[in-house]
Amino acid sequence: MREVAIIASAQADNTSTTTSTPVEMLIPVIQQVLANASMTKTDIGFWCHGSCDYMTGQPFSFVSAVDALGAWPPIIESHVEADGAFALYEAWLKIQTGEIDTALVFGNGRSSSGDINRILTLQLDPYVVGPLWPDDRSIAAMQARACLESGVVTERAMAEVAQRNHRNALTNPKALRSGDHSIEALMAAQLVADPLRELDCPAHADGVTAVIIAAGDRARSLVARPAWIRGIDHRIESQNLGNRSMTTLPSAALAAHKAGVGNDKIDVAELHAPYSHQELLLTTALGLSESTTINPSGGALCANPMMSAGLARFAEAATRVMNGTADRAIGHASSGPWMQQNLVCVLEGE
Amino acid sequence: MSDDVLRIRTPIGIKYQYSAGPRVSSHLLGLMEGRFVGKRCPVCELVYMPPRNGTCAKCGALLGEDVEVSQRGTITTFCVVNVPFLGQTIKIPYVSATILLDGADMGMQHLIQEVDAADVRMGMRVEPVWRPREEWQPSLENVMHFRPTGEPDAPFDSYAGHL
Ligand SMILES: [Zn+2]
Repeated sequence: MREVAIIASAQADNTSTTTSTPVEMLIPVIQQVLANASMTKTDIGFWCHGSCDYMTGQPFSFVSAVDALGAWPPIIESHVEADGAFALYEAWLKIQTGEIDTALVFGNGRSSSGDINRILTLQLDPYVVGPLWPDDRSIAAMQARACLESGVVTERAMAEVAQRNHRNALTNPKALRSGDHSIEALMAAQLVADPLRELDCPAHADGVTAVIIAAGDRARSLVARPAWIRGIDHRIESQNLGNRSMTTLPSAALAAHKAGVGNDKIDVAELHAPYSHQELLLTTALGLSESTTINPSGGALCANPMMSAGLARFAEAATRVMNGTADRAIGHASSGPWMQQNLVCVLEGE
Repeated sequence: MSDDVLRIRTPIGIKYQYSAGPRVSSHLLGLMEGRFVGKRCPVCELVYMPPRNGTCAKCGALLGEDVEVSQRGTITTFCVVNVPFLGQTIKIPYVSATILLDGADMGMQHLIQEVDAADVRMGMRVEPVWRPREEWQPSLENVMHFRPTGEPDAPFDSYAGHL
């Protein structure tokens, strides 16, 4: 295995609407991440992008993203129809082949272009479940209800997750929302999809995240303290909701095991859990203890820029390793109903 | 076997709000006034008309100042459409051309009419024929087509760098 590290990241402010085109939104973030690594575009060996055509409503809309890169002279690039974190996984594999030493990875999406809760319905099985048009919140609410009934979570524990994330987001200038809410106020808030309340749900946002990764001594030459990827693993569960556990996340547990989460203590975990009860399930699946600080950024409850929220978790975790506030951190990305897909990455300083 | 379900219909409807973006908007608003407003790249200084998606793909840069370009231009390349297809609204054969407007660095696609397809050639000078003003929308369709101006052809060297 080649050693690979995250050496720089940049994020756009998360916004609830934007008038710019997706390509216009990308350019400042691409330029910023290059500047943060003191690199220029000719230093990048591979470019990998995560986005989703269903969010723009335009087939092949991802092709225009290449316009943001200044692809002259020609570049080597690729795209995944997924969160940018999965593009990072592809770039990590590309570095393993030995073909390249550096990669710029980015994810972007405008959640505000359409009704995102309805757009997410299109990722369901198109024969039996999709035609019923359950929206994303309703699907998540079914899971939350099953978790409450079985006792693996409580409404108070969910409120505590919402409280902590919104408090953490007070110090994250990129977050879409933040606040200091009492448990009582959170538990008294109106239900939006029983048993979920507004602040139990993701703060869907328009956003962009970009990350640069580099191999071995190249990484050491570029920054003082790279965030080394010591383990990375992606696991997927059945698309058929009837085959799924509603109260555990086996794919997250397996990915965490394969990525080596349990080998040593984890200082910080940035988890892409879109709903409050899902953070509780994920914390259990990853085997995290009280000593781990979870989502110091405020997580997806305070900004969930679709297609870059997972990569933003990687960026937040890496930033804390690079600035020395953490020695060992987790970046996590998920996708699909009930967190069908889980990508777990262990980052370490040296 | 005839009772087996072989096919189901599952209609999908999603509404999107499309935003042209601030840079393309000035171009579209220009078309509402019968003007061709493009944009200059602040890095390579090329003038894009239309301004694509607000970016210079070569530089990876946001386009900068508005540049109004001429209503006259030169055909750089073209193709003669001889094939009928579903939904075709123009009588074949007709010519679809790339037109380099004077003052722009990137050609734009449009229809060439009021000339026999066999007479269309690289270097031919053309001008737009606008629809009646009351039909104008923020769209290049405000121009029905381009037609020859009758000027002498532009020399090849004048557009060779823009093919
Ligand atoms: Zn340029």
